[in-house]
Amino acid sequence: MNPKQIIAQKVASHIEPYAVINLGIGIPTLVPNYLEEGDYYFHTENGLLGVAELDEANVDPQLVNAGKLPVGEDIGASYFHSADSFAMIRGGHIDVAILGALQVDSKGHIANWAIPGKDIVGVGGAMDLLEGAKQVIVTMLHTSKEGDQKLLDECTFPITSERVADLIITERATFKWQEDHYELIEVSEGYTLQHIEQSTSLQYTISPLIKE
Amino acid sequence: MRNKVITPEEAADMIQSGQTMMVGGFGLIGSPLTILKALESRAVDGLTVISNNVGEEGRGLGRILQQGKISKAIGSYFTSNREAVRMYNEGKLQLQLIPQGTLAEALRAGGAGIPAFYTSTSAGTKLAEGKEVKQFGGKTYVLQEALHADVALIKAHQADELGNLTYYKTARNFNPMMATAGQKVIVEVDEIVPVGELDPEAIVTPHLYVDYLVLSKATLLEGGQVRYES
Repeated sequence: MNPKQIIAQKVASHIEPYAVINLGIGIPTLVPNYLEEGDYYFHTENGLLGVAELDEANVDPQLVNAGKLPVGEDIGASYFHSADSFAMIRGGHIDVAILGALQVDSKGHIANWAIPGKDIVGVGGAMDLLEGAKQVIVTMLHTSKEGDQKLLDECTFPITSERVADLIITERATFKWQEDHYELIEVSEGYTLQHIEQSTSLQYTISPLIKE
Repeated sequence: MRNKVITPEEAADMIQSGQTMMVGGFGLIGSPLTILKALESRAVDGLTVISNNVGEEGRGLGRILQQGKISKAIGSYFTSNREAVRMYNEGKLQLQLIPQGTLAEALRAGGAGIPAFYTSTSAGTKLAEGKEVKQFGGKTYVLQEALHADVALIKAHQADELGNLTYYKTARNFNPMMATAGQKVIVEVDEIVPVGELDPEAIVTPHLYVDYLVLSKATLLEGGQVRYES
């Protein structure tokens, strides 16, 4: 498995059956591949509860996800307008939002919508999802392509919300928010606590369940 | 019963320079492409557009932008239209960014007689800078004013001759709210049927919101291209 698949598989292990899930673009879209057989309900903020895998033989250009990519329609699906869709999000009716982030910090803030020095020309539904989903799972590669840290003491990019992200899952480790800080709860095979420490400025404690 | 059916050209003639215009759609999906096509040949400028995106680059509302007819765009996501970003950098286009859920609710409020509302979305972020905030139950909320427009150009699936509307899959998006928030509401539809043919339970937008109907000549194809019937 490549790093993104490793992350997606780990995310899947944190999802409860019957969950209503909103998937961001990128790594989150891989998560359904690793969910066990069962009932999960996928919501997309452009107006559909019951997103299904695309049937290549039946592509409908007017049936898309929030990334404007064609998708399928599940049995039991429903359509609604954008105000209803965001009422579901803001109103706390979505169980899990799985999203990508550019940075995350010790306060639990994430940055995933703007980069300083670049034009701020799009936000989409990122802020609403952070604000309203019952559980927020952040998926990200542990460092940037250039090797820069992304798990920081304080985000240098503009934050998306003051709401705390519940879980941060990278190809190296999983961090869980515990009242006022992150706790390292899992280290991937092939990595040591020292590896994690060297690539993480975000402050965290180590779960007693993790052994050296 | 008043005849609400007009041609795309007649619809385009109703749009005047300097007006504020809502345009439905998530990109090109659920966008009134036939009316926008007719607007291409009209000499209007200085339009303020309220739309989630500004269409796609050179297509739909993106073509109207390319022609220099739009001076300000209010929406949630312009990143995917490189031309909008370029024109913004050249000072030819003003942009006002609103989180998508706040945009949708501001349209709904605009049509429902609610002048403003509070939302926690964007509180504590760059997008809330300079905005009025208030605490409720120890949490910070940002004041958002409702949105209104002179004209709303929207896309629905079926209409009956009265103007009752149904929608199609994810082409619904912002259209039902825009139908309530425009002074003049012009709806492009795939089909117009006699009154009584639509199931009253299936009607999403009741006819009282709808001023004019235009029969669509545009088909959105796989890959985002558009085919227009002549």
